[in-house]
Amino acid sequence: MSEVGTTAIDEATDEVTASARQRSRFGISSEVIVLYFVSIASALILTAVILEATGDSWSNVFTALLDGSLRKPGRIGLTIGVTAPILMVALGTIVSGRAGLVNIGQEGQLVMGATFAAYAGSRVAGPGPVALLLSIGFGILGGAMWAGIAGILRYWRNVPEVLSTLLMGAVAANLMGYGLRRSSLLLAPVAGRANRNQVSEPLANNMRIPRITWFGNEFPISAIAAILFALVLWIVLGRTIVGFRLTMLGRNPGTAQRAGVNERRYGVGAMLVSGGFAGLGGGMMLAGGDFGSYQLVANFGAGIGFAGLLAALVSRQRVLLAVFVAFVFGCLRTGSGFLRATGVSGRIADVVQGLFVMSLLMPPALLYLRARRRALAATTVRV
Amino acid sequence: MTVLKSNDSGGEPSSPPAVELIGITKRFGQVVACDQVNLSLYRGRIHGILGENGAGKSTLMKMLIGLVLPDEGRIRLHGEDVQINDPSDAAAHGIGMVHQHFSLVEALTVWENVALGDIGRLDPRRVRNRIGEISEQYGLHIDPDARIIDLTAGMRQRVEIIKCLRRDPEVLVLDEPTAVLAPAEAAFLFAALRKVVEDYGKAVALVSHKLGEIMEATDDLTIMRDGKVEDSRPTEGSDVRGLARAMVGRDVKLRGILAPVQHGHEPGSSARHLSGITPVLRIVDATKRGQDGRLLLDGLSLEVYPGEIVGIAGVEGNGQRTIGDLLSSLLTLDSGSIEIDGRPVADGVAGAMARAGVAVIPEDRHASACVLDFSVAENFFITEPGRVARHGFIDRKAMRSSAAALIKQFSINCIGPDAPMWSLSGGNQQRVVLARELSNQPKVLVAAQPTRGLDVGAIEYMSEQLRNSARSGVGVLLISTELEEVIDLSDRIVVISNGRIVGEMLSSEVDLEHLGMLMTGSVPTQ
Repeated sequence: MSEVGTTAIDEATDEVTASARQRSRFGISSEVIVLYFVSIASALILTAVILEATGDSWSNVFTALLDGSLRKPGRIGLTIGVTAPILMVALGTIVSGRAGLVNIGQEGQLVMGATFAAYAGSRVAGPGPVALLLSIGFGILGGAMWAGIAGILRYWRNVPEVLSTLLMGAVAANLMGYGLRRSSLLLAPVAGRANRNQVSEPLANNMRIPRITWFGNEFPISAIAAILFALVLWIVLGRTIVGFRLTMLGRNPGTAQRAGVNERRYGVGAMLVSGGFAGLGGGMMLAGGDFGSYQLVANFGAGIGFAGLLAALVSRQRVLLAVFVAFVFGCLRTGSGFLRATGVSGRIADVVQGLFVMSLLMPPALLYLRARRRALAATTVRV
Repeated sequence: MTVLKSNDSGGEPSSPPAVELIGITKRFGQVVACDQVNLSLYRGRIHGILGENGAGKSTLMKMLIGLVLPDEGRIRLHGEDVQINDPSDAAAHGIGMVHQHFSLVEALTVWENVALGDIGRLDPRRVRNRIGEISEQYGLHIDPDARIIDLTAGMRQRVEIIKCLRRDPEVLVLDEPTAVLAPAEAAFLFAALRKVVEDYGKAVALVSHKLGEIMEATDDLTIMRDGKVEDSRPTEGSDVRGLARAMVGRDVKLRGILAPVQHGHEPGSSARHLSGITPVLRIVDATKRGQDGRLLLDGLSLEVYPGEIVGIAGVEGNGQRTIGDLLSSLLTLDSGSIEIDGRPVADGVAGAMARAGVAVIPEDRHASACVLDFSVAENFFITEPGRVARHGFIDRKAMRSSAAALIKQFSINCIGPDAPMWSLSGGNQQRVVLARELSNQPKVLVAAQPTRGLDVGAIEYMSEQLRNSARSGVGVLLISTELEEVIDLSDRIVVISNGRIVGEMLSSEVDLEHLGMLMTGSVPTQ
């Protein structure tokens, strides 16, 4: 049976090779661009239909979105400030994703990061920059620990990280809530919290991330650090042995094991880095100034963790693309915030945002499915 | 070609056979899986069908059960011609089959599995009662409410047999039923089958490549080789050695077959062993139990010396895959140790074997030898990226140019170093693996089923590469179920059966009969 089998296989693989050749000649981009175009266009049309149906004017809404995120004076700065933590979370997600791990608990890791940073921020003393870095360092530690627990459970006890990371997100939110009710932990002294309860003491002035102004747009310098982090990660993943091995682990664990990639070390390491980035994002939110007034409040995460996760998915685990996607998500966020201020009901704003995110997620999902089917075909034909 | 003699000489009543296959032929493309096969099954008798992997046994049985339609030939039941188009036809004619691979839903209970596929209203009590009846009748005791996942392989097979017997078939076909069973379970199975034929007058066909169990459990036997019936006779009075030879003795180059076998000659008697050279590979007392509790390796010991090719001969599924995985650092032993070039190497530690100098061309390259989503160039350097890196940074340019050189040297057909691995044909992927493993300057080269699925030219190429490696001083371990290949390429042959090495011979002194008997486990070990 082998002869028949091999000719059939050869034909099948020739076909695949031919398509690969074609792809490389015309570049991957053309069909991908068409895919994104169709997808985003349908989202816009659908949004317009929904808006008109609910009595809003679609042109007003889109104008408000653009005004709120980019066009009105100072809004770009705000968007940049919102983008930075989204990007941090996305970078972390890319690291764990490269190792083949599905970390979806960024929101919780971010909250833990912010909680740790807030606690450290209210306790440590010292010269401003040192105290600030220390506090952010605690944030990284908190996020890394939270994801690390899931990583350890995954490799020592076979607990699926999808579940543990997600569920630990709920635990993180409640832990923060607990801290916010105890003045021995996070709750601000009565004098500092006006008539609100469940807030932490605002960070001292010298422990806030300095903000800079650029053409009338003001944003924290952590945004610049975020870009640097992205560049470093891009080099580490694409150009170093560590990145090569990490990617190998994600793509084929059996081959990685044979080739000398210690699954536990790399896997837990990836989770720590992933959570660390989310925690860093939380620290940036707390000390950056674009999310409240430098203090923890209930529901502090505000969905930034999920936005970062989506940004990583949309960028299909490409670091530089993630920078751009995170910015788009930042725009959506600031834009829809502005939209609410113009009187469109909050729910409609959420629908608009959701549709847009969906339209960005569809193409990578379709491409992934196709790649997977192709890989499956390439492997099963032979059996 | 041998024409089947009717079994009347075996003291059978003159009633027509329960099943008669006459001149059955089946082709897959140019390959003839079954060639003018005749076979008769009688009520009250167990008929063994014996042959190597790919001899056509399973295809023949699939035609009987309607899974495959014959190109030529007739099927007669109780003297009447019938047409069997699909398994439900076969069931209507009273033919049932127990397949080699279980088709049970692990999360469901025994009775639920038995009732699966029933049409109409489900009556749990009736199904349970029927299972109880069958259990009583045939001595196949089982708890109808047990979950499949909690059952051993032997019990699971019992469920399969009960599923079959529930429809009260006249003819029962079992395909390699003992492949997953422990010896005691196998003995129990044969006792139950004996009951099926003797007390209930059914006809049983037992497909197997284990000579020992065929001798023990059957009344008649048919030996198939390359799609043809080689011999067909009553089991009683058959000569095991003759059968073994009939089963494996195809057109291999019969070097030194005339030399008499040295029975009980122990591993380690060939000249090399005495000369005090350190083996490049030494496996000592390796024991490994699978997750289902079955012994995959049972105190296996093995040595490979520099410059020789050692072939592991054996029927598939006797531990070959486990050896490959072990030497790829994919599994941890329960006990035993491994030495490479005289130094102990930890088992199951990521990359330890590769670092120690073990190159592997694995049986399943997609599982542990390449990354399909990586480029060809990247696949060349997955084990030693350090060779194209400085201070931990990969030099893409160096990687690409080394890759281009390897592509040329090993004549790999691809669009270049950046071609994704999945875009290559199987043979070319195999070459990428080979090129990488050889370029790491290994001490030991493990080649598991290295030519499976390759065409003639590629097989020749692979063989030449293995010979060259041995010539350059590498110790080559060839794991193959192709006996021809093993005899052809190896200097020394060790025979594996049930996870142990049961015999060893120089390939210049191969005795096919003895080899066949060792492979089929019909020679008591040590």
